[in-house]
Amino acid sequence: MSHTPELVVKDLHVGIDGKEILKGLSLEVKKGEIHALMGPNGSGKSTFANTLMGHPKYEVTSGDILFRGQSILELEADERARAGLFMAFQYPVAIPGVTVANFLRTALNARLAPADTNGAGAMPHKRGIAPKEFRALLKEKMALLKMDESFAGRYLNDGFSGGEKKRAEILQMAVLKPEIAVMDETDSGLDIDALRIVSDGVNALAGPSMGVLVITHYNRILNYIKPDRVHVMVDGRIQVSGGPELALKLESEGYDWVRDGQEAHKS
Amino acid sequence: MSTAEPKLDLREGYTEKYGFHDEDGFVFKSRRGLDREIVAQISDMKGEPAWMRDYRLKALEIFEKKPMPSWGPDLSAIDFQNIFYYVKPTSEEAKSWEDVPADMKRTFDKLGIPEAEQKFLSGVGAQYDSEVVYHKIQEKLEKQGVLFLSCDQGLKEHEALFKQYFGTVIPSTDNKFAALNSSVWSGGSFIYVPKGVHVDVPLQAYFRINTRDMGQFERTLIIVDEGAFVHYVEGCTAPTYSSDSLHSAVVEIIVKPGARCRYTTIQNWSNNVYNLVTKRAVAYRDATMEWVDGNLGSKITQKYPSVYMMEPGAHGEILSIAFAGKGQHQDAGGKVIHCAPNTSSKIISKSISKDGGRAGYRGLVKVQKGAVDSRSTVNCDALILDEISRSDTYPYMEIEEDRVSIGHEATVSKIGDEQIFYLQSRGINKEEAAAMIVSGFIEPIVKELPMEYAVEMNRLIQLQMEGSVG
Repeated sequence: MSHTPELVVKDLHVGIDGKEILKGLSLEVKKGEIHALMGPNGSGKSTFANTLMGHPKYEVTSGDILFRGQSILELEADERARAGLFMAFQYPVAIPGVTVANFLRTALNARLAPADTNGAGAMPHKRGIAPKEFRALLKEKMALLKMDESFAGRYLNDGFSGGEKKRAEILQMAVLKPEIAVMDETDSGLDIDALRIVSDGVNALAGPSMGVLVITHYNRILNYIKPDRVHVMVDGRIQVSGGPELALKLESEGYDWVRDGQEAHKS
Repeated sequence: MSTAEPKLDLREGYTEKYGFHDEDGFVFKSRRGLDREIVAQISDMKGEPAWMRDYRLKALEIFEKKPMPSWGPDLSAIDFQNIFYYVKPTSEEAKSWEDVPADMKRTFDKLGIPEAEQKFLSGVGAQYDSEVVYHKIQEKLEKQGVLFLSCDQGLKEHEALFKQYFGTVIPSTDNKFAALNSSVWSGGSFIYVPKGVHVDVPLQAYFRINTRDMGQFERTLIIVDEGAFVHYVEGCTAPTYSSDSLHSAVVEIIVKPGARCRYTTIQNWSNNVYNLVTKRAVAYRDATMEWVDGNLGSKITQKYPSVYMMEPGAHGEILSIAFAGKGQHQDAGGKVIHCAPNTSSKIISKSISKDGGRAGYRGLVKVQKGAVDSRSTVNCDALILDEISRSDTYPYMEIEEDRVSIGHEATVSKIGDEQIFYLQSRGINKEEAAAMIVSGFIEPIVKELPMEYAVEMNRLIQLQMEGSVG
């Protein structure tokens, strides 16, 4: 069944400190689809992810981002998140003193808060999901990601190993149930076991109610998460798009052929 | 970007929640200013023994002779002759809330005191201006010999015990404001916990200033006998007035061998109160004294709770939170004095400043000659929320022994844009994201509080943070 894609990126140009990084990127992602965005270092992948999420450092100079039919360029990151957009960070920051459980409950309450409240009521003591219900939900999602229950009481990303951080990102995705999830190099720094757990988690969550954009340098993660579409990004825009076979070609041939402008593969 | 306009008044919610005041309903109010006549009048009205009257008058002389302290915040705006030193709200202390005058009862209802008493306290004292208007302790504790009275009642009913300890930990010569308190003190708590008695649930005192241009000078004396335990909690608020009030308390604590005392303060005075307080405890063999000191309100606070470890095995702990917003200066900290071998201490300080506020740590670690094998660690962390605010750290050390272990760590940080963005990317708005980071920063101390106070502390932090990030 066809519908308007939840995420539509139109000819996006983005700069940072006056330097243009994205030079006309266009992309559409629907619920129920898994897309992979691949590219070498410096191609603008992380800039794209952060721009989608609304990082204030990145300036959109032209083009548009539509989420569920509306432009979100003027929205703050928290408004985008509450609308159903999610980004798994490449380098999640630590928030000392704030437990995973407290943070997640606050975030979930913000997500559930009525649209006119600017997410107010996010703090747990105000209103939102009942503590008991939340604990059950958290327990279920942590089991999915093979996380020990004690994890909920640890301070967010504080002293986490690389693998724990990435798992915590997926846990957040599982609890917040976004419509579109962007995973910014979630595979980087993961050993094979952690990669498998994270991928299993994503596969369990992906489905008709969520679209996923996997951003990666290597196709290693694509052995576990099977994309419907693969896009190759070089120099600030998508140069080639295709099916899963494109990832295999990149593995054997590298990015040079794209750089050299072999437009023939474009589908 | 579309964010709500930041509100300018930092403590906007304060006025509605705490900053209200009752119509003057006192039964007696001294004239403005301070002299021998006023001091004698206070003593006479209280019907005190002659020794206390003399003690007060001597303290007044000391107060007048001592210069204003010049090493800390600027106190030059305090006009000692414009203050009402004694405002007596009722003719006597009530033992039932029904007997507290209606407007005062309403005030304490609004502040949630009777409700808290029902739910999670062993006893409550409520002071309104100069006198304690309500006091009650659970019968069970009374039967075990626990005394929890206003300091005035302590003197009246247990004079020998009172006299034995009063002024022994903080003599009136200690500093100018201790001298002032010693001369005009009124109200506060007198607590005695007999040997081996554990008071499992906290005792609480609540201090309320109502009258404009008022000075509140409560005096607290706590004696925890051998092997006993008590947790005492104090809270305080005042109406928001355009003119300044003065709050200058003295708290003396004696922790006998093997005993433990925890003293928790949640200071939330309105921004027109000078809060200049002397708090000190002596801890004997294997005794533990813990100060948990939260300073969120006031215009200027100077307070450095201290522990003198008098005998081997004594332990002192000070957990301090200072939050300074616009127009506020929190000069907080603590002092630990190791007077005997094999004593240990720990100071953790967390200060937060924003909107031009100034918060800091001023502390002393002293190891006296002979106090070998003593151990002390100090951690002070500062969080500065914007470019116009300030944090100061003044760690003093006087170590007169070699065989000791002293650790000191200090950090200063700012809320990172990346932290805010991370929390925002999960749907939490900017303001709540900043509040969450601040709550996390003080979490190591807040987790030491009983649950109800932890909730209250976080709520106060939220209030402080409202409208703070644009």
